[in-house]
Amino acid sequence: MLRQKRKNPVLRTRLPTLPPAARSRVALGLTAAAALGRFELQQCRECATVQYPPREACQKCLSTLLDWKTQSGAGELLAQTVLHHSNDLFFRERLPWRLGLVKLDCGPTVVAHLHEAVSRKVRVKAMLDRAGQAVIAALPDKETHDMADDRQLREFTCDPKHRKVLVTDGKTTLGQALVRALADSQAELIWVGHAEPWKKFAGFDELQKIPQVTLVPLDVTDSKNVREVAAEIAGKVDIVVNNAEYHRGFGISGRQGVETARAEMDVNYFGLLRLAQEFGPAMRSRGADGNASAVAWVNLLSIYALANFPPHGTFSASKAAAHSLAQCLRAEMRPAGVRVVNVFPGPIDDEWNQLLPPPKVTAAALAKAIVGALRDGIEDVYPGDVAQEWLARWRDNPKALERELSA
Amino acid sequence: MPPIPSTCVKEKREPPRKAYDGVVLAVPVTVPYVRYSIRAAHWWLARAFSELLKQSGLQKGHVDGLTVSSFTLAPDTAIGLTQHLGLSPRWLDHVPLGGASAVVALRRAARAVQAGDAEVVACIGGDTNHVDSFRLTLANFSQFARDAVYPYGAGGPNASFAFLTAHYMRQHGAKREDFGKLCVAQRANALKFPHALFKKPLSLEEYLAARPIAEPLHLFDCVMPCAGADAFLVLSEKRAKSLKLPYTHLRGTIERHNAFASDSVQMRAGWALDRDDLYGQAGVEPKDLDFVQTYDDYPVISLMQLEDLGFCAKGEGPGFVRKHSFTWDGSFPLNTSGGQLSVGQAGAAGGFLAMVEAIRQLTGEAKGRQVKDAKLGLVSGFGMINYDRGLGSGAAILAAAKA
Repeated sequence: MLRQKRKNPVLRTRLPTLPPAARSRVALGLTAAAALGRFELQQCRECATVQYPPREACQKCLSTLLDWKTQSGAGELLAQTVLHHSNDLFFRERLPWRLGLVKLDCGPTVVAHLHEAVSRKVRVKAMLDRAGQAVIAALPDKETHDMADDRQLREFTCDPKHRKVLVTDGKTTLGQALVRALADSQAELIWVGHAEPWKKFAGFDELQKIPQVTLVPLDVTDSKNVREVAAEIAGKVDIVVNNAEYHRGFGISGRQGVETARAEMDVNYFGLLRLAQEFGPAMRSRGADGNASAVAWVNLLSIYALANFPPHGTFSASKAAAHSLAQCLRAEMRPAGVRVVNVFPGPIDDEWNQLLPPPKVTAAALAKAIVGALRDGIEDVYPGDVAQEWLARWRDNPKALERELSA
Repeated sequence: MPPIPSTCVKEKREPPRKAYDGVVLAVPVTVPYVRYSIRAAHWWLARAFSELLKQSGLQKGHVDGLTVSSFTLAPDTAIGLTQHLGLSPRWLDHVPLGGASAVVALRRAARAVQAGDAEVVACIGGDTNHVDSFRLTLANFSQFARDAVYPYGAGGPNASFAFLTAHYMRQHGAKREDFGKLCVAQRANALKFPHALFKKPLSLEEYLAARPIAEPLHLFDCVMPCAGADAFLVLSEKRAKSLKLPYTHLRGTIERHNAFASDSVQMRAGWALDRDDLYGQAGVEPKDLDFVQTYDDYPVISLMQLEDLGFCAKGEGPGFVRKHSFTWDGSFPLNTSGGQLSVGQAGAAGGFLAMVEAIRQLTGEAKGRQVKDAKLGLVSGFGMINYDRGLGSGAAILAAAKA
């Protein structure tokens, strides 16, 4: 894919449209799995028949016990078509559009968006479309190096390639790992925030050597500063990665006063709110701005947002608040097709988690997971073994997890 | 092709299905189609019903049975229409089966008349078409379509039938010229049918040069949505005679839904399962028929019907097409009023178009396109692309009164 030419600023920016978003409740099971990057179809608990389209009863034995189970996605392309006409605005603006009819090895025949480079054998996966709903995409059987550049596939992903990114905190190890990962994936421009511009932080020189990087003074606790930075760059940012975080140990009785908890809330919750208020509107207006439009907003949350971890009790609470606000942001960004990606890591291998036993997720691994999620179009990211285990325990029985964490 | 699944095994029926003796079809009505209408579906259905009365000489109260088929009547159904039109039928059916509606409505009505539950049943099908109706119909067509088809390019039936056409071409060696031949012949037929929306001749060159819609489908492979209504009466032969109405007999019918569900791509439908039953009940063979009216929303579906109904073997459709001319005055007259491809597709009226044309042919009222000595005709219906295929199929064999 060639880098996009600079847009003529006199031309009107196309307003965002969304693909058809209506789904039955049962079909949202596909969306729930796709949000995590999984391809799941309903499977009958009694006769094991795999079902599609999603339904309320097994088409073979009429059992109503249908479970969403991971499926391989391997299949054979039976027929394909190229649409030159569509009844929907979103697709009219993107014609011609390729579709395939795929017979899955696991049973059903599916209608799928079709990658340009497919042959007879394909691999399908469920991806979130711009409306935030899952659709099935048929991809080449084997990964190719420029696979992600497919024009249609890019409508489902938030690939940083050729896009302009803001990383809100460049001072942390994670922030710097993120900048490197984004630069490696050919982001066009990376603004890197640093809250105290008069102080030179560790890794400053290395960051400055990356050609795409521009350092901007950005303090998410300072409303005026956030507004000023947004006035300058919000109309150009395609992806926001909000990794600014304030993290201290202890719960309630380990401390006196509310200052630390307030500082956590000020960065972790109000910081997100300030950024969302100042950057959100401009990004919403650029949801369909050509091949490198505004596409994603990434929030660094924590697995502790799901269930409080008492040794880091007030931090957990601030992340739970941020999670709730991120759901609001997601709803408000959806009409523009801008995806809100929430990242729920377990303990990061940094100074504030010093006393926690391994495994801890390294900054580099977390950065890779975040960029990977943007590339794959995933909406909820649980990177690392601890996060995956907590997620499984939480989904299985939230009350049990609460007791286990308080032990 | 996989064998016929065990859930729909054909068995010799004991006792055999009862014949439709004494029941006839009469008064074929077409309310002239238009591309767009600002009227509601009720307006079109009312026009059809009133035309039935006008042409039969019956009063409102004489029609004691009613079937209604329409996509755009919502939020009303047949029962709402009774109050809207001031009717008080003692037998009522809503038949929302798309292109299979006319055959199925006929089957229901014929048994009602035979059993004495109704004396005269009006079978009406029609739809309006506002400028944005078609999109709204597609977006909410069915749960499966909304969940698993419409979000994929919102191509509507064009996309679904593009898959079937592509697969058929690959499996059976059909060429665009084969589909084009049917479209061109039907256009020739349509030029003799005053209500056809397409009034200009179509050449094979024009067909081939048309713009692509959903490859391999091009413009003239796709029906044009429009507004319109068609209707007919089902009544006893005795009553028809006393009203001095020309009529046709019903010799045999079938219907089947969701046949061959395990076929990965639709290459056949219920007719393949039930055709022996159809011809057995009618006491005729495919070669005895003087004309055929298929459900022709896309030409590939006509080929599928010709194969499934036994006019040629599965996969031999292309060869069959190359052998015949399909015009009303040629060999194998097919869709003699031009079919939906050249008349227009007025929603649920689409399946009725074939039925009213068959009645006209068999009562000698097909002015200017009358198939010579037409005594036996077949009408086929096909409807509801619920997900990846048409679910409903049906067929009826009609016979001229003196046959």
